[in-house]
Amino acid sequence: MLLRLTPALIVALLVSPILAGVAMALLPAFGYLPALGGEALTLAPWRELLAQPGLARSVGVSFASGLVTTAVSLGVVLLFLADATGSRLDRWLRRLVSPLLSLPHAAAAFGLAFLIAPSGQVARLLSPGLTGWERPPDLLIVQDPWGLSLMAGLILKEIPFLLLMSLAALPQLEAPRRVAMARSLGYRPTLAWLKVVAPALYPLIRLPVYAVIAYASSVVDVAMILGPTLPPTLAVSILTWSHDPDLTQRFLAAAGAVLQLGVTLAALAGWWGLECLVRRLGRRWVDGGQRRRGDSLLRTTGKGALLAATLIAFAGLGGLALHSLAGFWRFPDALPATLTLTHWARALPALGSPIATTLIIAVSATLLALLLALAALENEQRTGRHPAEGRLASALTLLYLPLIVPQIAFLFGLVILLESLGLRARLALVIFGHLLFVLPYVFLSLSEAYRRFDPRWSQLALTLGSSRNGAFWRVRLPMLLAPVLTAAAVGLAVSIGQYLPTQLLGAGRIATVTTEAVALAAGANRRVIGVWALVQASLPLLGFVIAIGVPRLLWRHRRGLRGTP
Amino acid sequence: MPHPSRFAATASAALVTLSLAAPLAAAPDPADWEAVREAARGQTVYWNAWGGDTRTNDYIAWVAERLAAKHDVEVVHVKLDDTSSAVSRVVAEKAAGNDSDGSIDLIWINGENFAAMKQRDLLYGPFAEALPHFALTRPQANPEVVTDFTLPTEGYESPWGKAQITFYYDSEEIGGDSAEIETPPASIEALLDWAEANPGRFTYPRVPDFTGSTFLKQALIALTDEREALYAPVEASDFTAVTAPLWDYLDALHPHLWRSGRQFPASGPELRSLMGNGELSLAFTFYPSEPAAAVADHELPPSTRSYVLDEGTLGNVHFVAIPFNSPHKAGALVLANFLLSPEAQAHKQDLAVWGDRTVLDVAHLPADTRALFDLDESNPAMLPATALGKTLAEPHPSWMDALEAAWQARYVGE
Repeated sequence: MLLRLTPALIVALLVSPILAGVAMALLPAFGYLPALGGEALTLAPWRELLAQPGLARSVGVSFASGLVTTAVSLGVVLLFLADATGSRLDRWLRRLVSPLLSLPHAAAAFGLAFLIAPSGQVARLLSPGLTGWERPPDLLIVQDPWGLSLMAGLILKEIPFLLLMSLAALPQLEAPRRVAMARSLGYRPTLAWLKVVAPALYPLIRLPVYAVIAYASSVVDVAMILGPTLPPTLAVSILTWSHDPDLTQRFLAAAGAVLQLGVTLAALAGWWGLECLVRRLGRRWVDGGQRRRGDSLLRTTGKGALLAATLIAFAGLGGLALHSLAGFWRFPDALPATLTLTHWARALPALGSPIATTLIIAVSATLLALLLALAALENEQRTGRHPAEGRLASALTLLYLPLIVPQIAFLFGLVILLESLGLRARLALVIFGHLLFVLPYVFLSLSEAYRRFDPRWSQLALTLGSSRNGAFWRVRLPMLLAPVLTAAAVGLAVSIGQYLPTQLLGAGRIATVTTEAVALAAGANRRVIGVWALVQASLPLLGFVIAIGVPRLLWRHRRGLRGTP
Repeated sequence: MPHPSRFAATASAALVTLSLAAPLAAAPDPADWEAVREAARGQTVYWNAWGGDTRTNDYIAWVAERLAAKHDVEVVHVKLDDTSSAVSRVVAEKAAGNDSDGSIDLIWINGENFAAMKQRDLLYGPFAEALPHFALTRPQANPEVVTDFTLPTEGYESPWGKAQITFYYDSEEIGGDSAEIETPPASIEALLDWAEANPGRFTYPRVPDFTGSTFLKQALIALTDEREALYAPVEASDFTAVTAPLWDYLDALHPHLWRSGRQFPASGPELRSLMGNGELSLAFTFYPSEPAAAVADHELPPSTRSYVLDEGTLGNVHFVAIPFNSPHKAGALVLANFLLSPEAQAHKQDLAVWGDRTVLDVAHLPADTRALFDLDESNPAMLPATALGKTLAEPHPSWMDALEAAWQARYVGE
């Protein structure tokens, strides 16, 4: 039966392009690529790579960015959750954070850059009154050589991701009962959570955490906007080498791609080392039985940091909106002298086709991903196998592979492979490339709801004479409409934000709002970037509006099916 | 129920069909222009052009509209962040044996990218002389339209526009921190003194951006004792000796630049943006009308003024070329010819559109057409037309690559 083959198909679909891509990066990295005259194995590409100016610094920033981004984001999320008491502020924050998940990385990065640049909004608000600056100060803030602004931009986006992943995992843990138990032993609430819930929660969100490490150590678009430039991060350098007209540079790029894989693996290994350290120190801390010390400090940090990150992200969006309407805006005026719609009027004719392309790609990739994810989950239900038990089902852990292998490392090889195969169906390739990243997220966001769905509904349908397929189409699917649509919205958001797969697999010919926005970044006209980044940020929101709106409309007489936003 | 494996089969079948269904077009004969126009009908031309500036992009969008209306040719602007990536794509296609169905039909190109493509036989041609509008450039009187960084184009690219390094500043601001300097620097040497007196108020784009590399060449021409060596291939001279004064100069200049020379803007447009945000007091561009156009766009203050250095500044012509494996050469030829039409050239020069100078020999156009090209001399941000007489010729393209590599080895990852 076809259904039973789905897990195998998914694994093949996700794993084979990655393995092929990595292989096609490995061969040229050691000088083997007959199409370009590389016939023998050699270490020459590596020697050339090591001779690149500033390589150590590139690698260092990439590695540090992977670890620091993850540590800070995870720390903020855990501290916030430890203190989440269900107060109004907590609920309000959670509601604010969800749309940030759909915000494309590039848009968030632009927003942050406009905010913190020496001539940005913060400096303008404070000047000249508090700072005495009549001109923007000559400070290296955005694109600093240590990658701090890069890490800040990534943290803004990874906090919502890890928070929502944790919130999805928490219900399995019965956290309130654990905390109540600890509190009855005299622990202050925040300490209680950190000591009895956090150690149980972490294994459940470990894979998302690894995905954050991999992403932060190899990201391209955010690094192009916020990352250092002399030299850029390793991933950005690889992209530059692979575009060089001197084709021998492709060997260099391939060696770079393999090095990137190594850097990401090293960051993961470094994190694993940190895990061991924290486990050891943490055990001592838990065993120590301290019940009060540090509680109030921990409490304010988590909430304060999350609040700050959320506000910064929204202020960045506000800055984008203001810039998209600004006339001439002399420093240190806090607001533009005039507002104008020229930038929007000028961009409108150019917006249509990239928006259409973006939507075609996003909708196709998401529909395919939904189809595969539903088939795999339905198969899981029918065979009664749960993820950890069955062989193939557990192979679904491989779903995370596209999120953990750096994009640049395997996409680069994949392009070489496709070029030598002469494949040129670009739109289809781009959709397929997006599917690699959409499918894992769709699957993850759907699987929880699907597995928790009360099996008695289907059993009831079967006893009433319905077939298994009938039970799926007429009972399970309609009742799961809300989570299915949410998964679709997540898929759309992931696809809309993709830069590298579109750029590389589309041969630069496929223009989406994301590739256009990043291309315009080179022009650095803040007004135009404002327009494009806002459009880029609002498209995924549409998906979430539909995901929340449709079930409410369809099931307005069935409260239990509307889902929770 | 979903049938995933059947879907996969269909999808891969679709992939195969799509890749086989690519159009096969024989190279047209540009001498038979009527046949070219006929063959171009219904073609889609993928024009790879740097897409970092909205004004350029808007102009290309206008060209696409006109071409669809006049010649039934669809133009798709593939926006590049660097032209070398298009060159790289054609090279890769050739290496993969793709000789007739390339992904690029027309490239906006000049300098070292043209030299690289021509040297590797990656270009279609010669075609430029066969374009009906090409005669309007009067190449015998204007050799720059058939010369690209000292190399003869031999008809493998068609001229499109003219660029010249132009400095600009905010006349209400230039006094800067040091009241003594009220006039902007008029030479490369004076620029160093000015930067010392006004630290952090000037910079140049990060090499290998072409505007940044051009600044290096401008400085090298002014500083070196062996200027004539620059007009021959770099291998023919002692690179270290010729460029030594340049590195001394840059070492002295960098500490006084924006961000103390530890960071550089990505491109010419970013310089403009930094000027608009007040981070710089002095900047330069490759497009003489850019400052005036930016004032009109609210990007720069109305007190912006333009000038060129006393001994002149580097100027060049930029071109369009057709890759050897373009499947839509007829459409590309029609497009290249349209770009040379007085209509397209005048629209391009219009300040409200792009402001890129024409390559046509305006003095020899019919009087009514000539009127289309009148420059708005009254615009205070605009460079006086006489200033453009002081044009320095571009060095041999090999110098560009050598300078870029040397700059990166010296200043990256310090």
